[in-house]
Amino acid sequence: MELDELYREAILDHARHPRNFGELEGSDRSASATNVGCGDAIRLFLRLSPAGRIEAIRFSGSGCAISTASASLLTLAVQGQSSEEAQALSARIQRLLTGTSAPQDDLPGDLAALAGVRRFPQRVGCAMLSWHALEEALRGPEKSPA
Amino acid sequence: MRPPEELRSDFPALSQAAHGHPLAYLDNAATTQKPKAVLDAVRTFYEKDYANVHRGLYDLSVRATEAFESSRRRVADFLEASSPEEIVFTRGTTEAINLLAFSAGRSLLRHGDGVLLTEMEHHSNLVPWQMLGASGIRLHFLPVEDEEGTIDWNQIEELAKKHRIRLLAFTHVSNSLGKVNPAAEICARARSLGLLTLVDAAQSAGHQHLSVREMGCDFLAFSGHKMCAPTGIGALYGRRELLDALCPYQTGGEMVTEVRLDRSSWKAPPHRFEAGTPNIGGAIGLRAAIDYLQTVGLDAVEKHASALAAYAAAGLASIPGIRILGPCDHRAGIVSFVLEKVHAHDLVAFLDQEGLALRAGDHCNQPLLRKFGLAATARASFYLYNVREEVDRLIEAVEKTRRYFAG
Repeated sequence: MELDELYREAILDHARHPRNFGELEGSDRSASATNVGCGDAIRLFLRLSPAGRIEAIRFSGSGCAISTASASLLTLAVQGQSSEEAQALSARIQRLLTGTSAPQDDLPGDLAALAGVRRFPQRVGCAMLSWHALEEALRGPEKSPA
Repeated sequence: MRPPEELRSDFPALSQAAHGHPLAYLDNAATTQKPKAVLDAVRTFYEKDYANVHRGLYDLSVRATEAFESSRRRVADFLEASSPEEIVFTRGTTEAINLLAFSAGRSLLRHGDGVLLTEMEHHSNLVPWQMLGASGIRLHFLPVEDEEGTIDWNQIEELAKKHRIRLLAFTHVSNSLGKVNPAAEICARARSLGLLTLVDAAQSAGHQHLSVREMGCDFLAFSGHKMCAPTGIGALYGRRELLDALCPYQTGGEMVTEVRLDRSSWKAPPHRFEAGTPNIGGAIGLRAAIDYLQTVGLDAVEKHASALAAYAAAGLASIPGIRILGPCDHRAGIVSFVLEKVHAHDLVAFLDQEGLALRAGDHCNQPLLRKFGLAATARASFYLYNVREEVDRLIEAVEKTRRYFAG
């Protein structure tokens, strides 16, 4: 089935058993992103080390399998990264999903599984949701939520 | 009613395939497909009778004006309004309610007045009223008590007295629950308390027999595109003396009598509310849609869609982990549901692969879904051309999706 390309085994696994799910005690940054089209909302919490590396990261919220799996994969991938490295990875994911770069197999962890989203443009927003929250969180300390 | 299998052939879009399956279009609460009779009427109008309306003294413009105004008369008949002057053409329900909220906020309602809504309103019958907050007009809500969509309409009296309510605006049929509200009974109750009423008929117009006379409402809004007509055309019905009392909404050409550099005066309704060149072709299409639907028979359309929804709800209920929203009895042609552990978006992505077109999301009903602890549901909505075989495919595909995600 065509959809097996979208819902690859790694995506289904992370959607069923999201890693780093829940709020992070003692986070110093957080940001949320919502997909107005479907009501999905994801909130990322992270703690930076004195050297500015992502020391801990978790996420909460509710979303479809694609947005949940993408967030779960994100938390594994950026752990220990500097702000710049994480932002560069986010930009790579964006290029991967929008088809402006070829699917790469050197992406960390199971991130390459997100390449299946390329053929479903209506789902790119789902996959990018947590990455937008990451960029927002890395831009600065949390603004008080509205 | 002609059998739905036969009616389908009137709709060119329904004969296509989707992902290798016959398209099962089950998103009729969002918009409906168009019969050939409507497409032909619009095309013929543009080919033979098209010019701007109310302006030209030449024959073509006279014909276009006559066609446009005859569409207004047709809508007035359709709604059983007292006269065509009670029909204002709009882009659809959303614009009709924006028009009413804007104009009523300036001419019928005063600072400190209240507007009463229900918790099941579509955003388009909520947000325009929120905009009146700046004028000191407060909103109050009749609560939805359960997932069946129960509202205790007895509360109108207490709320009306407590909050100086002047207007009650409510949906006739809930677009996410399929709940049918007893409009005539509600309007009678509101009238006895001196309240004005607006009925949001977006989901009921063209889906059942409608009569503003029988309903006893003061205003009613509907969209053409949800009843076989083109997009961009709909109407606001308003009782003549109330429309007379309303200030204009949009202004400009066509709605004025005398214009000076510093002031202008307005035409009488309905033209007072129709600034600029209207959607003439849309109005022609709407007339053809009404003709088509009345030939099919609106009572039969209602019965058919409602029976399909009941059949779908019963079939879906046998799937483990499913939660079906909406009334157990007397459901309009709408079934919203959620499947445990499968997000509505993932669900409809799978259904799409089976050729089934369903909507997933908040259905412009965020406050209601939030109350139920939901962010999104999948929704199947039926119309005159849907058949039981499509419902069987839906039930089977939902079960297949459940098994896929259960792993």
